[in-house]
Amino acid sequence: MEIGLNHYLVLSTILFAIGLIGVMRRKNLLLLFFATEILLNSVNIAFAAISHYYGDLTGQMFAFFVIAIAASEVAVGLGLLIVWHKRHGNIDLDYMSTMKG
Amino acid sequence: MELYLYLALFAPLAGSLFAALFGASPRIKIAGIVPSFLLFVSFLSSTVLLSYILSGGEAVHVEMMTWMATGNLYIPFGFVVDQVSVTMMMVVTLVSTVVHIYSIGYMDHDKGFNRFFSYLSAFVFSMMVLVMSDNFAGLFIGWEGVGLCSWLLIGFWYHKESATWAANEAFIMNRIADLGMLIGIFLVYWNTGTLQYNQAFAAMPNLDKEILTWMGIFLFIGAMGKSAQFPLHTWLADAMEGPTPVSALIHAATMVTAGVYLVVRANPLFDLIPNVGLFIASLGAFVALFAASMALVNRDMKRIIAYSTLSQLGYMFVAAGLGAYWVALFHLMAHAFFKALLFLGAGNVMHAMHDELDPFKMGGLRKAMKWTFIMMTLASVALAGIYPFAGFFSKDLILEVAFVENHYIIYSVLLFTAGLTAFYSFRLVALIFHGEERYKLFGIHPHEAYKFMLIAMSPLLILAVIAGSMKMTYFEMIVNLLPNHEYHIHSHLTFWIMTIGTQLFVIAAIAFAYKKYANSNVKVPDGTSKIENCLYYKVLSNQYYIPYAYEEYLVKPYRELSSVLWRHVDMKVVDATVDGIANIIYTTGEKTRDMQSGNLSTMLKWMVAGTVGLLSLAVVFGLAVRYSGEIKLFLSGLGVQ
Repeated sequence: MEIGLNHYLVLSTILFAIGLIGVMRRKNLLLLFFATEILLNSVNIAFAAISHYYGDLTGQMFAFFVIAIAASEVAVGLGLLIVWHKRHGNIDLDYMSTMKG
Repeated sequence: MELYLYLALFAPLAGSLFAALFGASPRIKIAGIVPSFLLFVSFLSSTVLLSYILSGGEAVHVEMMTWMATGNLYIPFGFVVDQVSVTMMMVVTLVSTVVHIYSIGYMDHDKGFNRFFSYLSAFVFSMMVLVMSDNFAGLFIGWEGVGLCSWLLIGFWYHKESATWAANEAFIMNRIADLGMLIGIFLVYWNTGTLQYNQAFAAMPNLDKEILTWMGIFLFIGAMGKSAQFPLHTWLADAMEGPTPVSALIHAATMVTAGVYLVVRANPLFDLIPNVGLFIASLGAFVALFAASMALVNRDMKRIIAYSTLSQLGYMFVAAGLGAYWVALFHLMAHAFFKALLFLGAGNVMHAMHDELDPFKMGGLRKAMKWTFIMMTLASVALAGIYPFAGFFSKDLILEVAFVENHYIIYSVLLFTAGLTAFYSFRLVALIFHGEERYKLFGIHPHEAYKFMLIAMSPLLILAVIAGSMKMTYFEMIVNLLPNHEYHIHSHLTFWIMTIGTQLFVIAAIAFAYKKYANSNVKVPDGTSKIENCLYYKVLSNQYYIPYAYEEYLVKPYRELSSVLWRHVDMKVVDATVDGIANIIYTTGEKTRDMQSGNLSTMLKWMVAGTVGLLSLAVVFGLAVRYSGEIKLFLSGLGVQ
């Protein structure tokens, strides 16, 4: 069986759903980052697959951009996470409620 | 000539703005002198224009700028100086110049001195716009402008409850009439397609009679309000709450005659509908008698003169209604002179008597106030219509018009009213200036007005005496524009019998007034004498109970209705709707506040929910757009459009 566009898109959708559920369910900030990475990478898969399907490189270029953004986001995010952990001794989302209106 | 036109029109505005600069500062003489001077300039320009028109010049017509131009509607700020408007301009500028100079003395001690001149000059400007406009829209601007200034000036002493009440009454009554006026103007526009006088009047003879009748009726309703004709007359007497120069200028000489001016200006229209004209004349005759009868027993000096104004306006409407437009205008002019003089004289008396208005508490003032006495007597003689004073020529002419046109009922009513006029005028003069000095009982020391006030009044005195001699000159000028009807009684004998008869009747009325009120037996009435308790005295002194009836049967039910509507409709429907909308928003906010728990996890969940919601909407609409054809087909199968 040949692997076609549909398979990639289905994989991408499954990964996106997993990521979304992770974003909603996880209470650990580190795992939240993991979930967002899954989301971003599911989109990357879709970009790359569609780009290849149409023979247009724009999609793949866009995937690179996403990877770069994700890397910088994680870098900043992990830095903040470490500071938070030093201050409060945990990284549980339920304790991060200083934004309460 | 255009320069003079603009000068005449805008000098009062400049004066008003100048005085307004000092509106908030303490009394300063220059705020009175400059507007007076500018009005004098306006008067001189009007005189130049008059002499130009008199020497047979063409009417001056200028279009200053476009005001409105949309589609077929074109309304310019256009002004015209023709025989009719130049008459009005002369009357307005002359009387207002006199009144302005007089007011410098009269308002001498008033805190609102600067404000007063600002309002007064603004009034003159509005009045000039009213009379000089070449279309109905401009007339309406002036019409509302004088209404506004009248409101400002009646309520000038706004700390007095009665003054603000009277100001509002005048304003509201005029609004009622102005609605009629506005409908009339709309009718003119709908049916002729233009508001320019000359074009509109040129188009009118081709119109349906019925439409013309409605036009005439609605325009006349507007005139009724401004000129205080029955049943919208009550405001004029109450308007006497304002300062006396205001009464002289606005509520005697100029603004109240705007209604007459309107009818005269619209003469091509009213010529086409003689039935409405007859109605106007009949109403005028009725008002003449009705107002004169109220003046007979009144005990307020200014109100007596106000009723007399009302009565004379009735005379003017008789003339205008019967098609004798130039006679109406002539009486308007003559009346402006002697009535303004009478009012200014009354102002002098008021000042001398420390604002006492009851003539029964005066008496014998002729020694203390010689010049005022002479002026008021001569003005009253002119009002009564004794030869050779102004009133004789103008008022007798109206009687002749009624006679020649075979309206004998109107004629006899007017003749009888002429007697009443003479009686109440001289009742007033006798009570104020003759008899015993009753004011001494009240510890008042009267004094004559300032010299310059008396000098300012003298032009009016001269005109009140000699205006009649200008009749033929005026006639020759005015017939260039207005219908040329000379009213001659065919038989010489009838003419002489009528004239002399009228004169004798009037003189008898004067003699009777003097006999009754100039002797030393006159006491200050205390409500016990026989005459005060008889029915007709009560009816007359309560103004036929009309103000009472208005209060009782119009104002009170209206107030009740308003309060019911307020409580049930406004509070329960309008307010409830508005409050309801606010409440929904408020409660939604209150309820959804829990979303903002500050918990990142919860907020992420909401974010996802929102994204899913928006995406599904996008999908649904996308599908709906793609399959719109099928959906329509399906719906039509179900019987939906």
